[in-house]
Amino acid sequence: MPIEVLLVDDSLGDVRLTQGAFREANPLVHLDVAADGLEAMAFLRHEGAHANAPRPDLILLDLNLPKMDGREVLAHIKDDSALKTIPTVILTTSDAEADILKSYQLQANCYLTKPMELETFENLAKSINDFWLTKVKLPPQRKTHETGRRSG
Amino acid sequence: MEVLLVEDSPGDVRLTQEAFRDTSPPIHLHVARDGVEAMVFLKHEGAQKNAPRPDLILLDLNLPKMDGRELLATIKGDSAIKAIPVIVLTTSGSEADILKTYRLRAKCYLTKPVDLNEFLNVVKSIDDFWLARAKLPSEQC
Repeated sequence: MPIEVLLVDDSLGDVRLTQGAFREANPLVHLDVAADGLEAMAFLRHEGAHANAPRPDLILLDLNLPKMDGREVLAHIKDDSALKTIPTVILTTSDAEADILKSYQLQANCYLTKPMELETFENLAKSINDFWLTKVKLPPQRKTHETGRRSG
Repeated sequence: MEVLLVEDSPGDVRLTQEAFRDTSPPIHLHVARDGVEAMVFLKHEGAQKNAPRPDLILLDLNLPKMDGRELLATIKGDSAIKAIPVIVLTTSGSEADILKTYRLRAKCYLTKPVDLNEFLNVVKSIDDFWLARAKLPSEQC
């Protein structure tokens, strides 16, 4: 069974590197990409072109995104009873303490900084795979009684 | 690194201490045997007046006095300590417990393997991932 990971990142280069690194780390990982915050929310809420989008087992979220910022995406996810249990890991170039603190306050599950070199993207993907996708028990996929979308 | 382990099983406490020994940077592992003791530590009450603020909390679910689920809800409802990441480490593999603790804002959920080496492995993975790689919120929050 594939492991569904949603990567929310607007940097084409980083997306390419992350895809390659996950392919190497675990071929079972199916990585979907949203290039901005609005697309991420449409994907998560199965809206428009994303009607058949899978529910991610894990979300990797960049902070600086066009249209809707990563912090706002995080706040929406954690405020939505249908989505809030999906572990959301911040993956960003920022190592500012204010960003780290704010992300944890918004209930990010974890905060990681992007590697600066090609080779370390592979270590990062391996590390996320070893911990989050192997050791951690992820929340079970929603049961039918929980599938109701929030109104309002 | 200051880690608070909330665990009532002396055997599991010993194993976790062993797994965290010789880590670099060193980990100061503090142990609370039940939920009430954990809150006393976190709120610097009584004999724990000088207790450090943990960088990370490892939480068993089945605890005497105050249960792990109740403790988690108490921590996440307290603005002074709610930013401290809490990792659940328990023998329970029940889906209801997994879902409930994510809802209560546990950062992640790990089950304790029964095999000794695998147990040490899981604890080491916490060190590798959370304490070496992840950025944790700083003190002043």
